[in-house]
Amino acid sequence: MNNTTNNGREVVISATNLTKQFGDFIATNAISFEVYKGEIFGFLGANGAGKTTAMKMLCGLSSPSRGSATVAGFDVSTESEKIKRNIGYMSQKFSLYEDLTVTENIRFYAGIYGLSIPVIKEKTNVLLQQLNMESQRNVLVKALPLGWKQKLAFSIAIIHDPAVVFLDEPTGGVDPITRREFWEMIYSAANRGTTAFVTTHYMDEAEYCNRISIMVDGKIEALGTPSDLKKEFNSVTMDDVFLKLARNAKRIGD
Amino acid sequence: MKQFRAFIKKEWFHIFRDRKTVFILFGMPVMQILIFGFALTNEVKNANIAVLDYSKDAKSAELIHQIDASRYFDVYTSLKTSSDIDRVFKAGTVKMVMVIPENFTQNLEAKNKVTIQLLADASDPNLATTLVNYASSIINDYQKQYFTEKLPLVVTPEIRMLYNPQLKGAFNFVPGVMAMVLMLVSTMMTSIAIVREKELGTMEILLASPLKPLLIIISKTIPYLFLSLINISTILLLSVFVLDLPINGSLFLLVSLSMLFAVTCLSLGILISSSTNSQQVAMLISLMGLFLPTIMLSGFMFPIENMPLPMQFISNLVPAKWYFYIVKDVMIKGLGFAAIWKEVLVLFGMTLFFLVVSIKKFKLRLS
Repeated sequence: MNNTTNNGREVVISATNLTKQFGDFIATNAISFEVYKGEIFGFLGANGAGKTTAMKMLCGLSSPSRGSATVAGFDVSTESEKIKRNIGYMSQKFSLYEDLTVTENIRFYAGIYGLSIPVIKEKTNVLLQQLNMESQRNVLVKALPLGWKQKLAFSIAIIHDPAVVFLDEPTGGVDPITRREFWEMIYSAANRGTTAFVTTHYMDEAEYCNRISIMVDGKIEALGTPSDLKKEFNSVTMDDVFLKLARNAKRIGD
Repeated sequence: MKQFRAFIKKEWFHIFRDRKTVFILFGMPVMQILIFGFALTNEVKNANIAVLDYSKDAKSAELIHQIDASRYFDVYTSLKTSSDIDRVFKAGTVKMVMVIPENFTQNLEAKNKVTIQLLADASDPNLATTLVNYASSIINDYQKQYFTEKLPLVVTPEIRMLYNPQLKGAFNFVPGVMAMVLMLVSTMMTSIAIVREKELGTMEILLASPLKPLLIIISKTIPYLFLSLINISTILLLSVFVLDLPINGSLFLLVSLSMLFAVTCLSLGILISSSTNSQQVAMLISLMGLFLPTIMLSGFMFPIENMPLPMQFISNLVPAKWYFYIVKDVMIKGLGFAAIWKEVLVLFGMTLFFLVVSIKKFKLRLS
């Protein structure tokens, strides 16, 4: 990986005037930011603010209309194949196959990332041990409680040790205790050097991030650590910060 | 290759862990063949008829006996007067009445001419026509049998039903059922299988993974292509061994062209799946948009020659029509590739078109 550095920190995601336009509609309007290795980066914004579009471009699912971005050192416009090999992705639906068992799900996702069979076996055992799910290894995923599914989905998303893991509203519908445990998993992955790029609706979760950006009408209106932002917008909570920014939005969420 | 294997394995789990899917895949073809073979048939067997015999002589009795002995008719009752005719038709017990005039033997021998009246209940016109045709041919046979030498020169049309001398319905519906089953398995099941991944949100993960979109589509469809092959074999085995329908042409040609049609259906399935995000909608489009035209416009249920011109034109757009012709020509008439190359070309062109459009559309959704 030919990652650049900035102030001694390794840059994993770098966007420069990244823009996506559909006809007359500019979904993502010239956003620029950097995310560093091992960082937990919160990507906030109301529905329709352009978060998903931006994330799709960074994942190599959609090519930018203008501007550029690199993820794990690869260009999103020209090297999307290489990007896909180096990122993990988890959506709000947890995206496991309900009619497959826990191990079958792990093997399938590890398999499509091209891991070899001995590696898959070893990773499966380690993963099940970490999640305390060894006795559930042959249980169909549909029989698992939501919180377990979520943790399993996250572990699977990072099974191939990606440089960045994109988490799209990963804690939807999960109880606060499980959410807490889930964030501990994100922290431990970040400590091992995996960058986490998280979108969320929960402002308390925004506080867990190292740095956050807030998108309004396709533009990044604020970017910084949670405490910096609170100071900047003269607010006590992140909720306040968010409301102050989002109130000016002209687009109506979808 | 490793990715491909992992994917196919997963698809098998999906298919075999869902009882409904397994039933549709394996029960449906068998059931359709059996239902069409034994219940929904337009063949006439042992239809009840009544006889009004005014002559009551030896020859007329012989004719009645021959009609009764055939496997198409049962002489249900003998009538006394012409007023009974109306009564038995209204009661619905008989479908046809044969009226033999007075002095049957005498007239036949002396004048060489008798008129036999056949009255049929035409509230079901197809049945009435069939019955009258069958009865006429028995009467023809009868007169030839006894009066050939005495008869002066008469022109008797000799009708031979080529390729299907017994007018078996199976000749028509087996190709139809093959088209329907392939539509069900390849189009409906594939489109549902792909759309389900979208509904579950797993498609996003797959697209964000290093799997190439084309590989995703191929691995989703290969299991169904394989199942189509199994279904084609099941249907052919059933029609040969249960319905006594021989395969007159080349088996290899038949199976390979069936696989071509399966690919046509698969590409339609992909096309449907790329235009919707809900399994229900995918199923509705498959059923209403493809299954119904297949039944109505392929020539399987209703002869295309009888349709108004605009409908005949539209029927050309139904892929199943071309497949139906191919199967009939190869399986029943025993024709070779030389006779069907035009149909094959049309089907091949359609397949190529759908395949290109569906893959383009699938890719378009990504950007």
